[in-house]
Amino acid sequence: MNLPALPLLQQLVVLLAALVLFLSFVLLAQSRLVSAIHAFAWQGALVAAVTAVVALTGDSHHLYFSAGLTLVLKALLIPWMLHRQVRRLELERHSETLQRPALAIMAAVGLVIFSSWLVLPMVAEELTFTRNIVAISLAVVLIGFLMMVVRQQAVAQVLGFMSIENGLFLAAVSATGGMPLIVELGVAFDVLVAMVLFGVFFFQIRESIDSLDVDRLNRLSETADVAVEDRP
Amino acid sequence: MTALLLTLLAPLLGALLLALLRPPVAGGWLNLAISSLTLAAAAWLAWLVALDGEVAGRLVGVGFRVDAFNVYLVVLTAFVGLTTSIFSRPYMRHVRAEGRVYLGGIRVYHSMYQTFMLTMLLALTTDNLGVLWVAVEGATLATVLLVSLYRTPEAIEAAWKYFILCGVGIALALFGTVLTYFAAQHVDFRSAAQPGAGLIWSALYAHAGELDPTVMRIAFVFLLVGYGTKVGLVPMHQWLPDAHSEGPTPMSAVLSGLLLNVALYALVRFKMLVDGSLAATDSPHLAGALLMGFGLVSFMVAGLFLHRQRDIKRMFSYSSIEHMGLMTFAFGLGGPLATFGALLHMLVHSLTKSAIFVTVGHAAHIAGSQGIDKIRGLIRTQPAVGWSLLIGVAAIAGFPPFGVFTSEFLLLTATMQAQPWLTLPLLTGLAIAFAGLFRHLHPMVYGVAPEGQRPVQANLIPVAVHLGLVLWLGLAIPGFLAEWLNRATQLITGASLL
Repeated sequence: MNLPALPLLQQLVVLLAALVLFLSFVLLAQSRLVSAIHAFAWQGALVAAVTAVVALTGDSHHLYFSAGLTLVLKALLIPWMLHRQVRRLELERHSETLQRPALAIMAAVGLVIFSSWLVLPMVAEELTFTRNIVAISLAVVLIGFLMMVVRQQAVAQVLGFMSIENGLFLAAVSATGGMPLIVELGVAFDVLVAMVLFGVFFFQIRESIDSLDVDRLNRLSETADVAVEDRP
Repeated sequence: MTALLLTLLAPLLGALLLALLRPPVAGGWLNLAISSLTLAAAAWLAWLVALDGEVAGRLVGVGFRVDAFNVYLVVLTAFVGLTTSIFSRPYMRHVRAEGRVYLGGIRVYHSMYQTFMLTMLLALTTDNLGVLWVAVEGATLATVLLVSLYRTPEAIEAAWKYFILCGVGIALALFGTVLTYFAAQHVDFRSAAQPGAGLIWSALYAHAGELDPTVMRIAFVFLLVGYGTKVGLVPMHQWLPDAHSEGPTPMSAVLSGLLLNVALYALVRFKMLVDGSLAATDSPHLAGALLMGFGLVSFMVAGLFLHRQRDIKRMFSYSSIEHMGLMTFAFGLGGPLATFGALLHMLVHSLTKSAIFVTVGHAAHIAGSQGIDKIRGLIRTQPAVGWSLLIGVAAIAGFPPFGVFTSEFLLLTATMQAQPWLTLPLLTGLAIAFAGLFRHLHPMVYGVAPEGQRPVQANLIPVAVHLGLVLWLGLAIPGFLAEWLNRATQLITGASLL
């Protein structure tokens, strides 16, 4: 893509989207929970900024509204909820040692390359801008998956889940100029309810296995004999 | 329009009322009443659709469109919702008496039951693909607290797995939906002046040929993995046996009987769009081929897994995966005969499987365990439960004269016509599944009952009604129903069977 040839505002969108991707890497590698939550909040703020810029370029006014919604939800409310739960679970000083962090980062780089390869066939000339944005959002989504796979801590997994949502939102806003308002509201509602339920589960899991290390949730499997006890 | 409004409003108000209602006994009755109301409204809606062919309209800014295909699933959903609520009232009373539910758990249960029904009906009736996604995700959120209702370590683990896997899976489906919207960006929706026509299914379907085929191809892969997670397709099925075995039994019945259907419904709707978009390219049957592949693998793998189960509810959830695989395969195969068979199979599978789960709930009460090796001699202890289980399993395994036999026979015939070689794995899979079910069933039903095993108070009316209907469908499909399914087939494939 010939960057300088793009209109200034589109260049800004690409820059912001690249920063969102960069924060995905930060999230993946950050072992301290509290710092990871901060990184997530910044990612949310950047997605909101992308939305605002797209709203400036286009003529869909409801995008200003969704920019505000994203800012409140992803950059303030959800990080605040997570922060509060981490404090109540006394995990502020918790830091998780990633096994083979270099490998995880390399895998993430691989995912970025894969995403750009996947969207290559969308050739139409005037689409080069959107093509790159779709590639970036797909990479954010896939790195979110990777994060859920490599991190064993429940809160970190939820951060991965939420950053997947960020990637999806980025795709919707920048590639298509935003979904219809009713759909965006519905998605935001689902995300909020999911966050509340995650909070409930943190406590249930802690009560049940005395830790938030979800790798220890291994009672149910096809081979385990414990799977069938005298449960009426 | 009033009928549609009522169909959606009844569970919505029900969910709110039940969340406020404190006495648990009244909750059970109210749940039952609301489910009956929903079924009545759904029947009215079906009547209107039968008269006019289609009911469409807008409510609070969301487009709705009910045609022969989804109205049949609406009625099925409302019907299974009602019979399960009949079963659930005494069942939950029993659970409460055992002290397995925390304070207020019953209230959460009833309220979430209606919320789940609402999301299912919303997903089926909406014309907006974004709202479809929101509703399917809402169904996950509504049921996740029910899976962990007993608060045992296993239940919490199952719920967490369910939450994470389905949440992530459905996120992929949203990406696919966004891509679909993107593919429709350059389509000129002349007739539809409304904003966001690129997410309105009927508008997209009318212009399916103009959708960007490259984007639609990528989109369908995401949609297949996303909604396929909810259908329970292998290898994204890991959540399903856990969620079914650890949640309360009425939940297993509605999850198996309804949620999986709705997810498959979403896939079929998207397949129709992709087929239209790819018709002019060099791979017009891509969507169908993918569905066939995933369906066949799920069908075979789940059949094999049936053999090694130790928990009765886990076993039947694998049987659900197997049947969903078969339906996915059939929708992928396409053509009027296969589609008709798949629609019929959806119907009979839902009825039979929810009847089986209801019976299994009673059987587990009798034995005091869900372990297959703990459940023995049901026919001796309580003949009604034993026979229900035996007949239910015979029906689900595809014995004549039950409806499952009819639909499987149609599917085999369609496969024989279109892809003769694939009949072989299908028949093998059916035999494997049959053997897997019966090797576990035999000792449970006929074995020697352990000392002191007592009959329980069982309400087998829902089971009798469901199995009776399945038997009727196997002996003779009533004319109006055949006509109905034929119209749905016509909508999906463009060709009529009858």
